[in-house]
Amino acid sequence: MECFTRLEGVAAPFPKNHVDTDVIYPGRFLSTIRRTGLGHLLFHGLRYHPDGTERADFVLNQPPYRQARILVAGDNFGCGSSREHAPWALMGFGIRCILSTSFADIFAGNCIKNGILCIAIDTDRLALLMADAEAGLELCVDLGARQITRSSGEVLDFDVPDEVRKKLINGTDEVLETLEQAAAIDDFESRIAQTQPWI
Amino acid sequence: MSAALSTSDTPRTLFEKVWESHVVRRHPDGTELIYIDRHLLHEVTSPQAFESLSLQGRPVRRPDRTLAVPDHNVPTTSDRLDHIENEASRIQLEALKKNVKAFGVPCFELDDPRQGIVHVVGPEQGLTQPGMTIVCGDSHTATHGAFGAIAFGIGTSQVEHVLATQTLSMERPRSMRIHLEGDLAPGVSAKDLVMAIIGHIGTAGGTGHVIEYTGSAIRNLSMEGRMTVCNMSIEAGARAGMIAPDETTWRYLKGRPMAPSESNWSDAIEAWSKLKTEPGAIYDREVVIDASEITPQVTWGTSPQQVLGIDECVPDPKTLDDPLARRTLQRALDYMGLDPGAPIRDTEIHQVFLGSCTNGRIEDLRVAADVTRGHQVKSGVRALVVPGSGLVKRQAEEEGLDQIFIDAGWEWREPGCSMCVALNPDKVPPGKRCASTSNRNFEGRQGPESRTHLVSPEMAAAAAISGRLVDARDFERSGA
Repeated sequence: MECFTRLEGVAAPFPKNHVDTDVIYPGRFLSTIRRTGLGHLLFHGLRYHPDGTERADFVLNQPPYRQARILVAGDNFGCGSSREHAPWALMGFGIRCILSTSFADIFAGNCIKNGILCIAIDTDRLALLMADAEAGLELCVDLGARQITRSSGEVLDFDVPDEVRKKLINGTDEVLETLEQAAAIDDFESRIAQTQPWI
Repeated sequence: MSAALSTSDTPRTLFEKVWESHVVRRHPDGTELIYIDRHLLHEVTSPQAFESLSLQGRPVRRPDRTLAVPDHNVPTTSDRLDHIENEASRIQLEALKKNVKAFGVPCFELDDPRQGIVHVVGPEQGLTQPGMTIVCGDSHTATHGAFGAIAFGIGTSQVEHVLATQTLSMERPRSMRIHLEGDLAPGVSAKDLVMAIIGHIGTAGGTGHVIEYTGSAIRNLSMEGRMTVCNMSIEAGARAGMIAPDETTWRYLKGRPMAPSESNWSDAIEAWSKLKTEPGAIYDREVVIDASEITPQVTWGTSPQQVLGIDECVPDPKTLDDPLARRTLQRALDYMGLDPGAPIRDTEIHQVFLGSCTNGRIEDLRVAADVTRGHQVKSGVRALVVPGSGLVKRQAEEEGLDQIFIDAGWEWREPGCSMCVALNPDKVPPGKRCASTSNRNFEGRQGPESRTHLVSPEMAAAAAISGRLVDARDFERSGA
């Protein structure tokens, strides 16, 4: 996975609550065996007319948001389906950071696995950043320092759990890390085989 | 069974007992490596995981604890074994076939009478058992919590992790209790109950939590009803939903193919009987709801929390102060083509879908057939019954339910996810309105620009006959 340290770029406003993963990546495109090259399918229903032409009024079809690297969204972003295609499509478009007041659990977990930083901040600060995004201003997100710098120069601190920060900065291979604990898993399995043989 | 890992004599919740009995190791950063007892796979969220394993040369650690079933893409027409028209679907289904063979994972293929929706198949086979940890690359894995298991949906990266290690590294979720006081009124089902819960706590109400459902309204539900409730825990934002196992659970499980054998049965019951929250155990959050007040529910909008009693009216954005909430509500009204303040009852519908991992089980088909019997589907309405599995279909046919549906003008289909996710040819056309027993009313969920109203099986059948959203309790049932 790609590491995340510092990101500077255009933030696109997405002022809607409860944006679900069906909206982020519509179900009809789930019949794929790939995880890359899905950026053109991001927000497909909102982004294109049924004939495939772009909807001019959709934010990501407008300059400067075509180059957006950050999304500023409403409450409970990413709710619904567990499809990892949602972060794959965001990544494919170039979005590496999402700001909201809250995120759905599975989506947030999937983002971490793909090097996308989800930052939960309070309503007041989200409103400030939403206004910046609507004005087409850039933001700078520094994960090391846990700080967002607005184009005005104002610095906002944010929280992110230590283990999430470490994973994003180092881009670790979690499967490998767990395989190194195989002895503990073996022990666990032999204990269960004795105490609960029906499993 | 968790004694070795228990840290104190503090009373524990059901969730804590099951979780703690699966901790392989606690990491210094606070996350825990938990063992996964059962891993379910389907064709949509597994190919990229298998690809990674292949690239790294890693095997599946416990194929014997893994079961694959194709369900999302499968057509529901009778010619599906000969021909799958959609090329992408065909490739994905072939990829599952190839992967399970290469990695030695058991699979109920499309021609297997046990094939069906993975969350219908697991319980039906007795694979789902109390006290287990169960995962699947599908958010409705929460269904299996009805047996007192911790069951939750995962992304494809985690599917890969479980395939390779049979574990997941996770932060422990918080616990939440939803206590349902009182009994459900006649004609009010498990589906209405869970939709009312989501309306009450909201679609982010359970975020970060595992919900335990308690109270007489839950205890009185059949296993299938409990599965319907736990299934939609994800629509309340929760990681998982659980119900403490009891006699109803043992009765359901006994004799199923993958349930504990006769020789282990009494030991299993003894262990399972301990799976209940102890008096004095503390939940991080508690909610109490009066179940006796719940009426038949129907969603009006594009989020499962946008739900009403059948006698209520669509909300008006003007009543909201928060601009973001107002915009969200207005967008839902525009998408659904509804006027603020309008009664939801008598809204015209064009399609009906009876099925899904929420409501595709035999009891769901029975109640819908009961409402349907002696009536005809309204002219111009297309109504589909898609049984949750091949075995549900067979059972329904043995009971003659198929003929009741067919005689009334419903289409009787082969099992799969079908119109719940519209990945196969079963879709709702743009702008058309569907009364659906599925779990999500998101924009475009049942096809581009489709409009979904989530309802119970009784309400879906009543809508099919009336061509409108009506109260199924007003229907005179000429039932058996």
